[in-house]
Amino acid sequence: MEKVLTDVLVIGGGLAGERAAVEAAMRGCDVTVISLIPARRSHSCAAQGGMQAALGNTAKAEGDSVDVHFNDTVKGSDWGADQDRIRLFVEAMPQVVRQMDHWGVPWNRVVPGKFTFHKRGQKHEAEDRQEKAGLITQRDFGGVSYWRCAYTADGTGHTLLYTMDNVAAKFGVKIHDRVEAVALIHDGQNCLGAVVRDLRDGSLRPYLAKATVIATGGFGRIYGKSTNAIQNEGTGCIIAQDTGLVPLGNMEAIQFHPTALVPVWILITEGCRGDGGYLLDRDNHRFMADYEPEKQELASRDVVSRRMIQHIRAGKGVEGPYGQHLWLDIRHLGRRHLETRLREVTDICRHFIGVDPLTEPVPVLPTQHYSMGGVRTDIDCAAYGLRGLYAAGEAGCWDMHGFNRLGGNSLAETLVTGWIAGTKLCDYIEKDFDAAFAPKLIEEAVRAQQARIDGLIKGGGDENVYQLRKEMEDALLDNVHIFRNGPQLEKAVNELKDLHARSRKLKLESHGKWANPELSMALKLPGMIRLALSIAYGGLKRTESRGSHYREDFPARDDQNWLKRTLAYWKQPDDELPTLEYEAPVITESPPGSRGYGESQVIPAEGKK
Amino acid sequence: MAQRRLQLEIYRYDPNDPQTAPRMDRFEIDEEPMMNLFTVLTRIREEQDPSLMFDFSCRAAVCGSCGMLINGKPQLACQTLTQTLPKKTTLHPLPVFRHVGDLGVDTGTWFRTMYENIGSWVHTEEEFDPQAIEQRLPNDLMLEIYELERCIECGCCVAACGTANVRDDFVGAVTVNRLARFMIDPRDQRTNLQYYDVMGTDDGIFGCMGLLGCDDICPKEIPLQKTLAMVRRKMAMTGLKGK
Ligand SMILES: Cc1cc2nc3c(=O)[nH]c(=O)nc-3n(C[C@H](O)[C@H](O)[C@H](O)COP(=O)(O)OP(=O)(O)OC[C@H]3O[C@@H](n4cnc5c(N)ncnc54)[C@H](O)[C@@H]3O)c2cc1C
Ligand code: SF4
Ligand code: SF4
Ligand code: FES
Repeated sequence: MEKVLTDVLVIGGGLAGERAAVEAAMRGCDVTVISLIPARRSHSCAAQGGMQAALGNTAKAEGDSVDVHFNDTVKGSDWGADQDRIRLFVEAMPQVVRQMDHWGVPWNRVVPGKFTFHKRGQKHEAEDRQEKAGLITQRDFGGVSYWRCAYTADGTGHTLLYTMDNVAAKFGVKIHDRVEAVALIHDGQNCLGAVVRDLRDGSLRPYLAKATVIATGGFGRIYGKSTNAIQNEGTGCIIAQDTGLVPLGNMEAIQFHPTALVPVWILITEGCRGDGGYLLDRDNHRFMADYEPEKQELASRDVVSRRMIQHIRAGKGVEGPYGQHLWLDIRHLGRRHLETRLREVTDICRHFIGVDPLTEPVPVLPTQHYSMGGVRTDIDCAAYGLRGLYAAGEAGCWDMHGFNRLGGNSLAETLVTGWIAGTKLCDYIEKDFDAAFAPKLIEEAVRAQQARIDGLIKGGGDENVYQLRKEMEDALLDNVHIFRNGPQLEKAVNELKDLHARSRKLKLESHGKWANPELSMALKLPGMIRLALSIAYGGLKRTESRGSHYREDFPARDDQNWLKRTLAYWKQPDDELPTLEYEAPVITESPPGSRGYGESQVIPAEGKK
Repeated sequence: MAQRRLQLEIYRYDPNDPQTAPRMDRFEIDEEPMMNLFTVLTRIREEQDPSLMFDFSCRAAVCGSCGMLINGKPQLACQTLTQTLPKKTTLHPLPVFRHVGDLGVDTGTWFRTMYENIGSWVHTEEEFDPQAIEQRLPNDLMLEIYELERCIECGCCVAACGTANVRDDFVGAVTVNRLARFMIDPRDQRTNLQYYDVMGTDDGIFGCMGLLGCDDICPKEIPLQKTLAMVRRKMAMTGLKGK
């Protein structure tokens, strides 16, 4: 059997994975990154708006500091996050942005002089100072107190990932693309690598490593309608949960972005509203000013998304060929702005729905966008449950986002957690690694996956792969969305339980050989349904509203009973439901309080309403 | 407008199965408003032939996965609305790149080799100083770099290039553009002579015939014509001075 031996295996070639790989390579480790697609095509490349760091360079950032960034992030999380991570994160960020600059990111810069901007429906003026000329400039974003988001036009993820991948090439990081990790190899205590399927010819190979990083990004695609790339199917989380030892944290915490383009669900960046764009209803009225007088269009994403749906329910939606939607209006920002700083957005609207945002408002609806949950780790990005396993980026639940991530904090997190994971796993390899790569264990791990493949090709079942997938998507879309309630969550759990049972009897319509795409889908579908169940069941049990998890039947944030993180284990393969455990978030500086935006009903920890 | 029934003729071949000869398969599908080829191909796979191989990722024209020959022209499938196509459309994989299966080609290896060949990163002797603030740089220059950096490595310009189609050692416009991105970046300390070593050859800029198939085709409107001219001028000057 052909094997790949490496010190460090990084599963995922997005920003988080490559940052971890580069750190380990700089420390002299032999590093292999694996990815479903060429690394630069990873979903990180699609991020538009920018990355948060308290640099305080532009006039509108004067007064900003890492402490303000800390507080904005804690409020954004609705106190669900680990504050020790947030502190580490905000302190690291200025340096992280500058290191990316050193490596070549063409950050937009401060141009001294007067400039105009739109906020709260009005035009304002400010002046950038001479002494800041040429430093990295910043834009406004949702849920923040100052302009803090560093950017390169609206292609920030693209320039960051291209730069990171350049640096990976420079440091000789090996990248194997068109391969997929289908299982972790472990001995019950130590993670020893992964079983990997080659997506060119369908063969299986073990990748053996002293340390393994899961950096597989989000899992938005289990909701059929999502802004995520089509690879974001959560396989990294699946293989971690499949060990029975590693829990997934806060899976019910799903972010819905206010502005995805109807009907293709491509993201329109929050930068549009950051730069002064409006949300309008059927009467061309700026309704966000009524609901959120202070932050208006720039309240946190969970709040804006809820207000939008609330407004549509109040009969103010715009009737369109795909049901009701609302408008995003950026016409007033002008041609120059739209064709430079919002160029990708402008192109997307023109090419994908034939709407020119210069002359027409853009149809938008809140859509699944980000997974706050993922492989639960400690502050060193080491996964719970297995030594030598790490997680970074959106796939992880390091947990600086709690129940709602702020825009621009995610690109930032990929680089911070990638850096930390890379550093800590090197320490682990140097000082603490002492496991054996027992040949029998490895053969058994590969054989188990080969048996699944052979079983699917041999046939015997009667369930259609794509039909089942569609039913899973619908169960989530219909019942586990922006507004949730007990009966609907219960319904989703029951439907998904049934789908999970049926997913054991899949029948391929095609031959299933080599790199057959139907086989690829069949292999991951049961795991995707388990993720869906972890979301729905976690949401059903959480009888409160916090951040993006909003229960119509429990509208208050309940700090008395629910100031805690859900940990979803899948202990036995035959289990029907995940086993849920709970732990308290780390609160170091900021006791639970009011966010200053949103519905803000709180049951305080001491129990007084 | 009456709804059309689209006809697609799709190239089929799996290199894992050399016994089965390449063929064209025909599929039909009802057109819908604002339908693009991502939707069409996904639906064909899910409803008609689950063995059909093709590549998409972002489905938003930013990741460069889905370049293919659409009625003979290299284009991004996700960004192609069916309303811009005739009733009958043929799809082939991009030429030049190694074939993976049906409409999929291996751009990953091609581009990775390119990075290594030209040193696609900022070359600098300077160490990163975590305590220091960033280097001051003019915004206009950053925008200029971004203009070249926007390339999404879809490979369409390479597929459209007459030279690259007949000479597999020719670097293609995308490579020239990549190096140009570093040439105009003051953070990269390479000299023109060093750039000349990788680009001032017949596989490099001097192999380009200047017919600009690349510039016409680029879905991101990267200014390839301007960039090729700039690099040609610089390399010619360096060549003259160097000798
Ligand atoms: C449209 C969009 C716009 C966004 N804009 C912003 C923004 O402006 N600012 C911001 O801060 N955040 C933004 N985000 C969020 C942010 O971009 C992502 O959270 C972040 O880029 C995720 O990076 P990552 O490295 O964790 O994962 P990804 O970049 O998604 O990479 C995942 C990698 O894992 C690989 N992979 C997955 N499964 C496997 C497997 N089983 N085996 C092998 N490889 C595997 C994939 O091939 C890929 O290489 C945006 C997100 C979206 C969807
Ligand atoms: S230059 Fe244009 S056509 Fe060529 S690879 Fe880049 S984006 Fe594609
Ligand atoms: S101009 Fe040069 S690179 Fe462009 S298509 Fe012609 S030969 Fe190829
Ligand atoms: S799928 Fe990303 S460019 Fe078409």
